[in-house]
Amino acid sequence: MQPLNFDLQQDFFSLLSLPARFQIDSTLLEQNYRSLQAQVHPDKFSHLSEAERRLSMQWATRVNEGYQTLRNPLNRARYLLTLHGVDTQEDSNTAMPIDFLMQQMEWREALDEGKQAKDIAVLEEMEQRMQKEAKHLQQQLAVDLDDTHDYAAASGIVRKLKFLEKLAEEIGSAFDELDT
Amino acid sequence: MALLQIAEPGLSAAPHQHRLAVGIDLGTTNSLVATVRNGISTVLNDVHGCAILPSVVRYCADGSTHVGHAAQLMQSEDPHNTIVSVKRFMGRGMKDVGEVGNLPYRFVDAPGMLQLRTAAGVKSPVEVSADILKVLRQRAELSLGGELVGAVITVPAYFDDAQRQATKDAAKLAGINVLRLLNEPTAAAIAYGLDNAAEGVYAVYDLGGGTFDISILRLSKGVFEVLATNGDSALGGDDFDHRIYCGVLEKAGLSALSAHDTRLLLTHARTAKEQLTDHAQTQITAVLGGGELVDLTLTREEFYAMTQNLVTRTLQATRRALRDAKLAVSDIKGVVMVGGSTRMPQVQHAVGELFEQTPLNNLDPDKVVALGAAIQANVLAGNRSGDDWLLLDVIPLSLGLETMGGLVEKVIPRNSAIPSARAQEFTTYKDGQTAMSIHVVQGERELVSDCRSLAKFELRGIPPMVAGSARIRVTFQVDADGLLSVSAREAVSGTEANIVVKPSYGLSDEEITRMLQESTQHARDDMLARALREQQTEAAQLLEAVENALQQDGDALLDAATQARIRSSMDALREVITGSDHQTIKRSVEALNLATTEFAQRRMDQSVKSALAGHKLSELE
Repeated sequence: MQPLNFDLQQDFFSLLSLPARFQIDSTLLEQNYRSLQAQVHPDKFSHLSEAERRLSMQWATRVNEGYQTLRNPLNRARYLLTLHGVDTQEDSNTAMPIDFLMQQMEWREALDEGKQAKDIAVLEEMEQRMQKEAKHLQQQLAVDLDDTHDYAAASGIVRKLKFLEKLAEEIGSAFDELDT
Repeated sequence: MALLQIAEPGLSAAPHQHRLAVGIDLGTTNSLVATVRNGISTVLNDVHGCAILPSVVRYCADGSTHVGHAAQLMQSEDPHNTIVSVKRFMGRGMKDVGEVGNLPYRFVDAPGMLQLRTAAGVKSPVEVSADILKVLRQRAELSLGGELVGAVITVPAYFDDAQRQATKDAAKLAGINVLRLLNEPTAAAIAYGLDNAAEGVYAVYDLGGGTFDISILRLSKGVFEVLATNGDSALGGDDFDHRIYCGVLEKAGLSALSAHDTRLLLTHARTAKEQLTDHAQTQITAVLGGGELVDLTLTREEFYAMTQNLVTRTLQATRRALRDAKLAVSDIKGVVMVGGSTRMPQVQHAVGELFEQTPLNNLDPDKVVALGAAIQANVLAGNRSGDDWLLLDVIPLSLGLETMGGLVEKVIPRNSAIPSARAQEFTTYKDGQTAMSIHVVQGERELVSDCRSLAKFELRGIPPMVAGSARIRVTFQVDADGLLSVSAREAVSGTEANIVVKPSYGLSDEEITRMLQESTQHARDDMLARALREQQTEAAQLLEAVENALQQDGDALLDAATQARIRSSMDALREVITGSDHQTIKRSVEALNLATTEFAQRRMDQSVKSALAGHKLSELE
């Protein structure tokens, strides 16, 4: 009997054949995701036995989860930290550097103003500034996670990115509101 | 039983018989059935050579049921008993159906889903849809000369869980094995993409009789990946008719019409709408029941003005989909137009303007969905390996749970690829709390009251603990049909509490059985015969699948003893398969499934390995 090297418990990086790092080759991720789904997707098993159909759904679900986790930088960083046994304390640790909080408040005010003035241009500009800030934070994450292995610092950045993600969601709903 | 051609053990399996499978477009206005014949997807006609079956069902006092053109002809004459656009009521309650007052039906408010009182009794929208599906099934079986293995049934991409479940129930009631529920725009993308060897990001704009979908897909090397979907499952051609109808009432100074007159004017409104596609103006002339004459002119400009905000709503949904896909208009290579309502010039114009390009209209907007569904059905039935293309679809609306204060905690966000699963942990808020109620909702809003309630159930038997120390893990699983199942267990004690999900909507298995019994004259005999045939078909398919698997991988993955055990389970099944008791066959099928579980696991591992063979970890670093 051959050993079962692949199982549903393995980590997402192994599942998608990528090195467990923050900086990943996103083209390769996509390519591996697609070739895996081509093998395990339920559409390939619908005429087969019940056991095979059930397995196929479990696998395809797991592959989707892995892809979702690794594709998004915030999810990927959080997941890497979990693999290293580090809790990002996103709910418990709300202590943030003053300058970051000031910036958040500024952005929230701008968001409210943009909403009240029904000014799409303001929202678009904010979105771009935020994307720039997120990119900057991700570059720092790459250093902390892949080079210096400073997981405490990385957790701090994850918490900041979480703030930005929430704000981005609010900008998204503001766009929707202005569009109705 | 023509389909039971089973190769003897040890002999190579004969090239398997073509399995009869169809794609069904169960539309608001029209329905179609298509199949792949000689490698080409074709719509199947009825005996009169007609492809389109109007989705209209008439129930008569003598118990007879008419479906299609015959029913459509009677819609003004017999409006209470002639059900039009039933798809709008699928999985919907009274409060969801806005303009109830304007519809000529006798609604019955039932928990979860509304019902309709007809001369032949109270009908659920599921039963009405099943009657449409039955006609299509019979058409297909007659035309293909055999019993169907199954069907792919299309649903609007923006259908929620209740609407999807109702559609699946209708198919079950019509005696159809559902191979997959497929999103309509995705079906259209398959037909379009395979036909045109399309590569790149495409938008599918699907405006049907009662529903609107917008899907953004990336087509690349045979993979159809849905990036985002949005829409409105209560916006379609019917609403454009309704605007004309309201305009006519206003212009002619009419109010409080009879059911007959309402249906009559709605029919005229639809004709006027169609006329305005090719003409600058049209005349609406009708004699009402009381003898009053309605005679007025409707111009294109008037029609455009009265329907402008309907078109705008589709554009808003389109922009939301683009934002969710994180794409700009300039990223979209082409916009495929689907659904009869996209014939309206103002729709074409608005879509062209938004996307800054001429929409693609080179496919028949009425047939493309059924054709795509048939291609998918052919693959799912096992007639073609389907190795050359792959479909990756998403869930249209977020799934969540009610938390304190009537707020929604999202568990699976919209546009997640399916199948998808997510587990969420909850805890008790009182000391010694032994039960917890779980409320599953679907929608984007923050308040539970603004979302659709899918299910409420209680998790009981939590061992008494200090508040906050229990760990209740609720798992959501969305399958490839986009249908949700929920389970819950308490993790700290390890107690696997048994829960039954009581749907707030939809039908229980008992209800379906009852409807099945009521719907046939010789209910019991028919049902038993059907159950037997279904079980035999399933058994034959399983035997073929296992035989093929053993020949491919038996020696490589299994020792002799395991192979022998599987073989003996197969023999046992072969012995009972031609018998007359479906329960006996079922037991043998279950036994064979159990015997092959480990084998299936190994085969899956092997294919996963082969998927990534070539890029090893070491090479990537």
